[in-house]
Amino acid sequence: MAAGLDPAQGLEEGRRGARRRLGGALWRRRWLKGFSLLAPPVLAFLVVYVAALVALFISSFWTVDPFTSETIHHWTLDNFRELWHGATYHRVALRTVEIAALVTLTDALIAFPFAYFMARVASRRTRAVLFVLVLLPLWASYLARVYAWRLILNSDGILNWSLHKAGLPSANVAYTNTAMWIVFSYIWLPFMILPVYASLERIPHSYIEASRDLGAKGFRTLRTVILPLALPGVVAGSIFTFSLTLGDYITPVLIGGTSSQFIGNVVYDAVNQSSNLPFGAAFAVVPVLVMGVYLVLARRLGAFDAL
Amino acid sequence: MTKKRMWALVATLAVTLAFPAAGVSKAHGGTLNLIAWEGYTYKQWVNPFEKQSGCTVHSKFAGSSDEMVTLMRSGGGSQYDMVSASGDASLRLIYGHDVQAVDPSKIPDFKNFGKAFQSPPNNTVDGKHYGISLQWGPNTLLYNTKVVKPAPTSWSAIYSPKYKGKVTVPDNPIQIADAALYLMKHSPSLKITDPYELNSTQFKAATDLLRKQKPLIKKYWALASDEIDLFKNGDAVIGASWPYQTNTLKADKAPVKDIVPSEGATGWLDTWMVSAHTKNLDCAYKWLAYISTPKVQAEQAIYFGETPVNSKACPIMDKLSKGSCAQYHANAPLEYFKQIHFWKTPIADCGNGKKNCMDYTKWQQAWTQLKG
Repeated sequence: MAAGLDPAQGLEEGRRGARRRLGGALWRRRWLKGFSLLAPPVLAFLVVYVAALVALFISSFWTVDPFTSETIHHWTLDNFRELWHGATYHRVALRTVEIAALVTLTDALIAFPFAYFMARVASRRTRAVLFVLVLLPLWASYLARVYAWRLILNSDGILNWSLHKAGLPSANVAYTNTAMWIVFSYIWLPFMILPVYASLERIPHSYIEASRDLGAKGFRTLRTVILPLALPGVVAGSIFTFSLTLGDYITPVLIGGTSSQFIGNVVYDAVNQSSNLPFGAAFAVVPVLVMGVYLVLARRLGAFDAL
Repeated sequence: MTKKRMWALVATLAVTLAFPAAGVSKAHGGTLNLIAWEGYTYKQWVNPFEKQSGCTVHSKFAGSSDEMVTLMRSGGGSQYDMVSASGDASLRLIYGHDVQAVDPSKIPDFKNFGKAFQSPPNNTVDGKHYGISLQWGPNTLLYNTKVVKPAPTSWSAIYSPKYKGKVTVPDNPIQIADAALYLMKHSPSLKITDPYELNSTQFKAATDLLRKQKPLIKKYWALASDEIDLFKNGDAVIGASWPYQTNTLKADKAPVKDIVPSEGATGWLDTWMVSAHTKNLDCAYKWLAYISTPKVQAEQAIYFGETPVNSKACPIMDKLSKGSCAQYHANAPLEYFKQIHFWKTPIADCGNGKKNCMDYTKWQQAWTQLKG
């Protein structure tokens, strides 16, 4: 629609006059053009996105009748009080944040050299192949990939089979938090590689030449020139890996062990087992807060400077 | 309910699809809007019902007991006529006044039901029948016959460290009842009489037992397919299960066997209940009578892998699938049912005049805390 309103576009003969007048009005009143362009997405954002979050926040102050499971629309802080005092919920929240942080760190460490190779070393052809390889797993269903990892990690799986062949003792990784860490790191890796690649690719070659001319060796150039310039990309990627892990609840069910509950699992059980939507909503406020703090920190580190 | 857990997850990923209204539609007979477990309103027996009764059937599949309760209350309770509620939902519907009492004398096959299923406590309150029992299944002890030797006879096998790290139990708060059932036999001083009616001392003993069991567990399984995987891949060799998993594993030639141990077992029992606000009571009674007939009972049992409550279904089951009657214990004597404690919603009312029992919310909280 926006393109059609642009007077510079080729127009049909009959409608030319009317369109030109409209185009002229939009040109004279710049705010009108901006408004008509932005109104639909902003409206959709408010209705679909913000409204859902507001509804979530409001319902977290309600409670549920334990027997009939009907929502009691009475303002109370009981849900938050229970979260504040419940050691279990602290443990679950801490575990979720810890694993999300660990996954982010792992992905950053794997993604950086990979993205560096792609952006600055690989030939055009190799780069295209690597791109396909990075994106290929995203074409398969999330569930299929998680189940594939189960086949690799379980006690009669490929991992233990390979270890036996190599004469090593079998690893008991299946259904543990270690397994979750491996699977999450695998699943979200592309979301780290792509932004890091984008930031590395943008560094002008002249900077690196200048660094060399001034006598910096390879490691010093990496530390003082490349890393600071790539940091916004790493932070942007970490927002993806961190938030995606933080909100997940399927991998803990399928891959996790006996103490692997995430915030999402507790929310799911609250809603599905005890029909306690308000309590689930209250707990769901926690990752929203964590992400808020994370985004503020990310902004300080310049993750949004390139936007 | 065998497939409940399996579908609970799927339901979050995909929109539950309404079963397309099967072919025949006769305006004069009225319509029935049913909430059912997936597979409970299969066209094999729904189509003949529509033809013979003139009632059109629309089905809505639910993914969990709680979804059933929510659906029954939607639209002021008049949107759906009937629900195939499991024992962990039925009391909530009864006490929530969502369903009405029915008259079993209008169901010709009611007299052929096993004695345990005519007035079970999960659908009969104060002598009033809030629905007609449908199908049931036990929660059994499943084990790998190659590894677990000697063969277990007691639930103590999943509480003893012998198979540490190779045990699996369902990820469901109602599992606390399994621990209570074990304590009922092994700690008589606790005086547990019903595994679903536990005062705070008894409840604490049950959850303590589960906490002690936790280090032995490989995984709390959420989906029936998870447990099948665990047994196939050798990650688990013993655990609490449903007949569905045993049958699937046996079909795959896995060396497994299931038993009802000496302490007895918990079990599920599903009931067709009628909405308190239905406008199609006539069709509802026709459906109750039809679904209770031996042929339909047998068809559903074979299709779904569970046991009919109508004892006359047995010969038809064997005709449909040889040996299935004995396999599903459809011909078991009354003694057999004395050891099965069917799921019912834990409520504060202990059934002995006292109101100090732990209700389901407490069960759910305890389960979340157990998993940590």
